[in-house]
Amino acid sequence: MNEAALFALQRLTAKLLAPLVVVHLVLILYAVHGGLSAAEILGRTQGSAAWGAFYGLFVLAVAVHAPIGMRNVVREWTRWRGRSLDVASVGLAIGLLALGLRAVAAVVG
Amino acid sequence: MYIRRPVPAGIADQVSSFRTLEVRIWRGADAGSFATYEVPGAENQTVLDVVTWVQRHREPALAYRFACRVGVCGSCAMTVNGRARWTCRSHVKDVAGDGRIVIEPLRNLPRIKDLVCDLTPFFEKWRRAGGRFEGTATRHEPMPGIEPGTEARRTVDAGIECINCAVCYSACDVVGWRPDYLGPAALNRAWTLVNDERHVRTRDVLDTVAAGGGCTVCHTHGSCTEHCPVGISPTAAIAGLKRRIFRRWLQGRRT
Repeated sequence: MNEAALFALQRLTAKLLAPLVVVHLVLILYAVHGGLSAAEILGRTQGSAAWGAFYGLFVLAVAVHAPIGMRNVVREWTRWRGRSLDVASVGLAIGLLALGLRAVAAVVG
Repeated sequence: MYIRRPVPAGIADQVSSFRTLEVRIWRGADAGSFATYEVPGAENQTVLDVVTWVQRHREPALAYRFACRVGVCGSCAMTVNGRARWTCRSHVKDVAGDGRIVIEPLRNLPRIKDLVCDLTPFFEKWRRAGGRFEGTATRHEPMPGIEPGTEARRTVDAGIECINCAVCYSACDVVGWRPDYLGPAALNRAWTLVNDERHVRTRDVLDTVAAGGGCTVCHTHGSCTEHCPVGISPTAAIAGLKRRIFRRWLQGRRT
């Protein structure tokens, strides 16, 4: 995948993540402020297709956005370049996706 | 000899606070050290005047670059008290109120000697970004009419007065981190050409600036705009290129 495509994908996912992160943060504040227990939170999320879709999309966007940014940071701050860095970035994407989707499954499953 | 003349209130305090300037100038190339000179202060004195005084009266072997002395040629840029500036239009009273000046060559460029840098990488990137205008018309054809009020023409106007002094290139942190980064001046030039309806290589320019080391590397720190002595905003030019590339990708031309 070329640099223009990576840039465009990172920009697209940034646009997507902006509202998702706001909702996520408001949700955390609401849950903590209201003193909800873990069981009460799970009671509301389990079986919810809406929350599953919300966090599924969140995880997908993060898995695309973060590795592209990390690859840029590595190239700016170290001498690491080339195919091995690209493979590592894909590895990070797969790792984030797997861990994230596992967490989503645990919360809504 | 320093002669004090009446000056406006405010500036008077600054100017009268020193009679002799303490000037530290970088001597050598990458390896080297600062040499300190005492230079007579004057009421109306630029940093370039100071360097010239040192060369004429103290250090004939001091290497530095200048040509027009009036802010047109872009030759005399140096790092003055940690900040890249055009020295011919930088007055001592504005940049060194306490009378101490540290003068170094520009950052992010190979040093040749003293205050002189090798600008080859800077101009090479300008060329690599497709900075050379190419039209289709010859001198035997009528001049194309470009409406001055169109958005494209106004966009070109905003960036066309670049004097290639390399101050923005020197001020850019990303250039320091990524040696392959084209840099603000080259991208600003590319943006003016992309908006020039007479230019025939717009697609090539966009291909180049979209590739590795192109505009997508920019972090939008804005240092180039902050430092540009002629008031251009390469940051805005780069943002324009990014928007164009993003739109182009969405439309399916995935260069």
